[in-house]
Amino acid sequence: MSTIEKQDTTIPAPGQHDSPVELRERYDNFIGGHWVAPSSGAYRENLTPATGEAFSTIADSSADDIELALDAAHAAKDEWGSASPAERAATLNAMADAVEENLRMLAVAESWDNGKPVRETLAADIPLVVDHLRYFAGAVRSEEGRVSEIDKDTYAYHFHEPLGVVGQIIPFNFPLLMAAWKIAPALAAGNCTVLKPASPTPWSILKLMEVLEGVVPPGVINVVNGPGAEIGRALASNKRIAKIAFTGETVTGRLIMQYAAQNIIPSTTELGGKSPNVFFEDVMAADDEFLDKAIEGFVLYAFNKGEVCTCPSRALIAESIYEPFMERVLERVAAIRQGHPLDPATMMGPQVSAAQLDKVESYVKIGLEEGAELLAGGHRPDLPDELNGGYYFEPTVLKGTNDMRVFQEEIFGPVVSVTTFKDEADALAIANDTLYGLGAGVWTRDGARAFRMGRGIEAGRVWTNCYHQYPAHAAFGGYKISGVGRENHRMMLDHYSQTKCLLVSYDQKAMGFF
Amino acid sequence: MPRVSATPEAAKTIERLWRQHGSIVFHQSGGCCSGSSPMCLRADELPPGPNDVELGEVAGVPVLIDRDLYDSWNSPDFRIDVATGAADNLSLEGSDGVHFVNLAG
Repeated sequence: MSTIEKQDTTIPAPGQHDSPVELRERYDNFIGGHWVAPSSGAYRENLTPATGEAFSTIADSSADDIELALDAAHAAKDEWGSASPAERAATLNAMADAVEENLRMLAVAESWDNGKPVRETLAADIPLVVDHLRYFAGAVRSEEGRVSEIDKDTYAYHFHEPLGVVGQIIPFNFPLLMAAWKIAPALAAGNCTVLKPASPTPWSILKLMEVLEGVVPPGVINVVNGPGAEIGRALASNKRIAKIAFTGETVTGRLIMQYAAQNIIPSTTELGGKSPNVFFEDVMAADDEFLDKAIEGFVLYAFNKGEVCTCPSRALIAESIYEPFMERVLERVAAIRQGHPLDPATMMGPQVSAAQLDKVESYVKIGLEEGAELLAGGHRPDLPDELNGGYYFEPTVLKGTNDMRVFQEEIFGPVVSVTTFKDEADALAIANDTLYGLGAGVWTRDGARAFRMGRGIEAGRVWTNCYHQYPAHAAFGGYKISGVGRENHRMMLDHYSQTKCLLVSYDQKAMGFF
Repeated sequence: MPRVSATPEAAKTIERLWRQHGSIVFHQSGGCCSGSSPMCLRADELPPGPNDVELGEVAGVPVLIDRDLYDSWNSPDFRIDVATGAADNLSLEGSDGVHFVNLAG
């Protein structure tokens, strides 16, 4: 059982004196460039996972508010859609600049709403938001159509045109980054969006819209908060969207695709994973920087407290190095500093909600009942009084076999399930023995082996001698039940456009049919 | 023979949802953010697919799961409970500020 202590360097929480984040008591929806109260007048408390306490109230919207947001988006779409690529790029770059100027404020807000450590939001989440906006600003400037010469008098001119208004539903695990992943390509391609943030993390996105208010034309981005059961449904099944994009769980993914099928619109989905992290014998060939990096690579299952669709939640270790590698790894796990998310020294914060915490705890129980061995963690840690109501769980390591439920089901917490393999063929078979196919990690000093494994693993993102890097310009998305579509790459501009073909004849003569 | 059951609290919530929405079903989630919860949907929203199996009924509501998912979980028995707090997904009970959980074990 580990103990958490708080340090004096902790950044003051939103609302406290000297906090970089200003806090209001109540937040409305952001529609048509204005803050608009929910139609029903209802608001809901928003809790911080650090302490379990309410710190603000957020609009609790209904289907009517989705209609208002769609009205605003439709009112804005012609002007935004016909803006030049240079104008759209300038807006995206201005958005990136505004986020960068407010980086610290947004990092603290994100950390408080989600529980992730401010160390991660400052170094990863918010800088990546800036990067993704700038990437798509650049990508859209280089977009071109095509011309096909059919014959000397007949030409096909192909243009990319916006879809119009899109619906986007994002998860709680990286609220601002997931918003950026969705908004950047949608806007770059000339669309307006209605965004529904996740209910546990409705607030940091509103702080983002406060920053972007003066930069984005009214109606281009609209944000509506409320219960998924009502407004998620109202948005995804609406006849007034031309596309739905969704990141979340598998059954909802199927439902989203069903709505899209009924409305004959495209959908893209990102649905979760049970990503294998494969460590070959040669990582221990020398006790050097690379071995140190591989050890960190294992421990990255604790990044964002394991609430990542690509969490490297299955670690596959070559039998021959299991003992010495695990000895080094467990030392590194024991050194994970849990604590107040706004303490810059904290490495791992609380889970996002009580429900998630309960789920993680029950999976550890299931694992032990199935015969898995507990190598580290497995409990709620001791907490100082201040953090008593927070949703903390120890970084946990289980050892077992790939057929166990804790190897097949997505836990979405700081729990890694470890097993061994005999050789490369065995490693590949175990890696692919899963219904999912989102991420994977391969660690080896042998480049040819890395290539063979990378091409053999059935996942959309295979990190090779690294993990948890999400730069723009690197395509990201799932195989198998992990979803359909790719993000973070200019290919997304196609997902958010439609192709117009002008088939033009310069021939003056009739065809001769009638 | 697979077994599904519900706690009395879950059964009450299910009955309320039936009166509100009409014909409803449970589809067991494969995971991600909502973890592996049973999703309560209207029967006409997501018709059973060719790979869905019905495990049984709770409070008169069919419980469906993808066959491959069920196999990969080693076919446990399901017991559906209800907990406070709305999970952030499209499951119908979210409007009442609660969420179903699967106590399968």
